[in-house]
Amino acid sequence: MAALKPGEVDLGTTIMAVSFDGGVVIGADSRTSTGTYVANRVTDKLTKVDERIYCCRSGSAADTQAVADIVKYHLDLYSAEHGEMPTVKVASSLFQELCYHNKNNLMASIIVAGWDKQNGGSVYEVPLGGSLHKRDFSIAGSGSSYIYGYCDKVFRPNMSKEECIEFVKNSVGLAITRDGSSGGVIRIAVITEDGVERQVVYGNQLPLQYTG
Amino acid sequence: MTSIGTGYDLSVSTYSPDGRVFQVEYAQKAVDNSGTAIGLRVKDGVVLAVEKIKHSRLLVPNSNKRIMTADKNIGIATAGWMSDTRHLVKRARDEAHSYNSVYKSSIPAKIIAERMGMYVQAYTLYSAVRPFGVSTILASIDKDGPQLYMIEPSGQYVGYRGCAAGKGKQVAKTEIEKLNLEELTVREAVKEAARIIYAAHDDAKDKLFELELSWVCEESNRLHAHVPQSVLDEAIEYAERALDDDDDEMEEDDE
Repeated sequence: MAALKPGEVDLGTTIMAVSFDGGVVIGADSRTSTGTYVANRVTDKLTKVDERIYCCRSGSAADTQAVADIVKYHLDLYSAEHGEMPTVKVASSLFQELCYHNKNNLMASIIVAGWDKQNGGSVYEVPLGGSLHKRDFSIAGSGSSYIYGYCDKVFRPNMSKEECIEFVKNSVGLAITRDGSSGGVIRIAVITEDGVERQVVYGNQLPLQYTG
Repeated sequence: MTSIGTGYDLSVSTYSPDGRVFQVEYAQKAVDNSGTAIGLRVKDGVVLAVEKIKHSRLLVPNSNKRIMTADKNIGIATAGWMSDTRHLVKRARDEAHSYNSVYKSSIPAKIIAERMGMYVQAYTLYSAVRPFGVSTILASIDKDGPQLYMIEPSGQYVGYRGCAAGKGKQVAKTEIEKLNLEELTVREAVKEAARIIYAAHDDAKDKLFELELSWVCEESNRLHAHVPQSVLDEAIEYAERALDDDDDEMEEDDE
């Protein structure tokens, strides 16, 4: 269970999401690999599932795309039925339902983040087994193991939007340099009541750090 | 085959020439034979009240409840067949549970009313089934505040500020219309509900009856619950006094 099938494309990834007062900042690298071959160096792993709700995908590219598509369908249905936008909690619960009930056939580890009227910005993670955790910030993917210490040290609750963006840039930047399966550019999205603002940090503009 | 149905009333899968489904209308008649049930939506909660007609003195007081709980914050009072009611309440509980397991939040009143409406409506489509002989009154507080819905045997569901079903629904509706539901508190509404059930009760036809009262409000921690005994006693006292006053007035008129 939870292993890549022959020929499947891995998102061997670094993804993260940080909540701040009024929204969330999400970020990801852009590498998709098949073994040692880089299948796509400018992937977008930040996937929209609703107006103000995104997911960061890690694991099998095929599985996470399929799951995100199904969740998007259910959220559209939810909006039609309820006459209002779903909460991030509802979206993450749908991800969890799918990931838990199909855990034997999926390799998907997903961070769900976004903004809603009831709770403002919030971050949930749905790791491999299909559990669901509410977080102030979350990191996932192969690259995340290299930056746990850094993130735990640097993260402070109630950071400003700008501080959160810097935090995501530095963290993903560090993961990219150490993790062989993460690389390319850093993609960032800031989700607030006002909308979704996307940014890209190119490979030659990654934050400075000691490289030996 | 004479008079009313003229052959078009045997199945729900056949319309009459003027576009009616008689079986659904007969189901409505089954509802109209039942003890009165009312719901009041006021500013800080919802109150349900039922006239439970007792067919025997041997029944244990407070048994055979006619108001039930579908979800922690959702109460159901019905008029009609109790056996059909239990089936519908089970369905409501299943819907509430399924919503919660998918979305991890409690089902809004609007959604459970819609889903119950869909379920009831399906029983007006097939010749192998009989429509439910029940009007379901649904009370709840959700994130949009106090909510009250009623689902008819046809599957039609409507949101109300106050509603009534059963034998005394005409009397009850005129009494409810006199209330200022927007300004009333649940504490006051409980008394008014008791008064209305007592007013709608026909002593000539049904001697024995019991008042059942429940609410969803801040005092019940936004949960659906039968009102405490003290509140019930107070409401009954109020209702009986109001009834006596009415009788006195009528006697004066006679003089």
